[in-house]
Amino acid sequence: MSPARETRTRKTSKTTEAPKTAKTPRASKSVRKSGKGASADRPGAAHRRDLLHAMLRIRRFEERCVELYSAAKIRGFVHLYIGEEAVAVGVNEALTADDAVVSTYREHGHALARGIPAEAVMAEMYGRTTGCSGGRGGSMHLFDANRRFYGGNAIVAGGIPLAAGLALADRMRGQPRVTCCFFGDGAFAEGEFHETANLAALWHLPLLLVCENNRYAMGTALERHEAQTDLALRAASYGMVSWAVDGMDAEAVETAAHRAAGGIRAGAGPHFLELRTYRFRAHSMYDPDRYRDKAEIERWKAQDPIERLTDRMRERGELDDKEPAEAERRIGDEVDQAVEAAEQAPEESSESLLRHVTSTPAEVS
Amino acid sequence: MGPGRTDERKTTYREALREGLREAMRSDDRVFLMGEDVGRYGGCFGVSLGLLEEFGPERVRDTPLSESAFVGAGIGAALAGMRPIVEIMTVNFSLLALDQILNNAATLLHMSGGQLPVPLVIRMTTGAGRQLAAQHSHSLEGWYAHIPGIRVIAPATLEDARHMLAPALADPDPVLIFEHGVLYNASGELGPPAAAVDLDHAAVRRSGTDISLITYGGSLPKALMAADELAVDGISAEVVDLRTLRPLDGGTIAASVARTHRAVVVDEAWRTGSLAAEVSARIAEGSFYELDAPVERVCSAECPMPYARRLEEAALPQVTDIVAAAHRAVD
Repeated sequence: MSPARETRTRKTSKTTEAPKTAKTPRASKSVRKSGKGASADRPGAAHRRDLLHAMLRIRRFEERCVELYSAAKIRGFVHLYIGEEAVAVGVNEALTADDAVVSTYREHGHALARGIPAEAVMAEMYGRTTGCSGGRGGSMHLFDANRRFYGGNAIVAGGIPLAAGLALADRMRGQPRVTCCFFGDGAFAEGEFHETANLAALWHLPLLLVCENNRYAMGTALERHEAQTDLALRAASYGMVSWAVDGMDAEAVETAAHRAAGGIRAGAGPHFLELRTYRFRAHSMYDPDRYRDKAEIERWKAQDPIERLTDRMRERGELDDKEPAEAERRIGDEVDQAVEAAEQAPEESSESLLRHVTSTPAEVS
Repeated sequence: MGPGRTDERKTTYREALREGLREAMRSDDRVFLMGEDVGRYGGCFGVSLGLLEEFGPERVRDTPLSESAFVGAGIGAALAGMRPIVEIMTVNFSLLALDQILNNAATLLHMSGGQLPVPLVIRMTTGAGRQLAAQHSHSLEGWYAHIPGIRVIAPATLEDARHMLAPALADPDPVLIFEHGVLYNASGELGPPAAAVDLDHAAVRRSGTDISLITYGGSLPKALMAADELAVDGISAEVVDLRTLRPLDGGTIAASVARTHRAVVVDEAWRTGSLAAEVSARIAEGSFYELDAPVERVCSAECPMPYARRLEEAALPQVTDIVAAAHRAVD
């Protein structure tokens, strides 16, 4: 069995490209099943509304996080996803409850899209017992074992080997599941990405590698940290099906993710998606954002994934006038309730400090 | 097996480890072995020789030279319900996987609020004595023993080599097993286990009344030889094998010092910031009024491990060093 190979050789540009068809029969078969041609999977207006609302929900949740951070309710490092919502929402559409997700420290969007309740995420940022990590993780370390959401990894590229292991277990037991691993463009400079890309391709692991290329490794621009900035091209060199996608278009992301996940489920080994996106806010709440040109930020804001989808739906007459307002109200209520619940939730007592260091308390130490 | 039956047989530390691996893989199909050259090569030190033929390439899995990736993959597979045994060739190479061991394996359970235990076993070779110079010879297990969230064990006897793996695999948390390179060829009789081998307690390998020689791993044979020499000099030395380096069995250490009132800690790692320092500090904290003499330490010289035989021998704790330290404490 050899994995489908699809290399891109064109020079990287700021614009993104439509995905191209994979070359092997095995992969293309699965593509036809879940790609644009298949009417069963073709997103309709109702589905587009769902995508839009899911992105709005993440956006509003995080905007509230900004307020709460300013009010010193939330502390630590908080990395906002604002601008990148199309990636989490689009990719999530291709995943089932049985699949697994490994994420980064910029993972509020991934966690919410995966179905972790807003209350549990907010409570975690408050450091409360009801948080999805019991208050031990905070913004960068959201976990939910039942939803197979394995964090929340704050070492750049550190989650990628772990994701390969989840995929390895599935492969060894013949379980047709996908492990989806999110990471940023900065991970391309880490050995752990390259070690794992090689391992995953070598072992044909059912791994979906999702690179959120937001063009900055913290404050260092892609051109300043990568000698070759065409990330999909480099991933393809490992023998993975690999392509770049407009990460500001939720529908394009979804289509690509379906195609990649379909290929993986069909046994074509790991797939790599480079999702070209942009964060509208600074790297973290500490970041004064001195390294980006304001005009560049404005150019990308013109590609706001929420506005783009809204405009597209309006053009098609798929949104009536009251609809966004209604969704906004519902989302606002949900975020209000999450904040209220976090405010009311108990804090961990300091007596519980050593709980969960080991599964059973050490008899001797 | 009945207690009256003589079932002892000649074996080596290497074969005992292999027997433990074979038993684990036969009894639990979630168990698999992966690492560099564990399959076709038979293991860098021959520990897994023959296992590929018995269990096949899915369960005896040769990896690329990517310590971080395959250790991380072990963690992920453990999270997904497998029971991986990851072999790293030497402790020096394990530093390439330190991110995964510390930031993921040791941390995930706590960071996730108790949701994600990591039932992973990592085996690696440690220690000097084979003229392998400064990148294959160090004893860094004390660094690992610094980390909350993992268990660190060091089998020093045939019985522990044979029987520590099963409880390590049964542990819901990560267990690091340090196999000293000079022990692989150690041979002797291995009988059926007297009782279930536990991972919580140190063992008194030789009883004595005048001084406690506290050690582990590759230094245990040296401490036992030193005890023989000391007996000739009329000094009765007790030898304590720590076995588990984290969590440390402070009770057994304190009980031994309470019997002998003197202690020499023998540790092949560098003295500064070492496990020997930790053991000494615990004796000072908990057994100060039992002591009739200052605690002595015998450790490696504070230099990268040299190649030349004479230099390597000079760098390592030797039997004569242990005997001399014991005399300083007793005389």
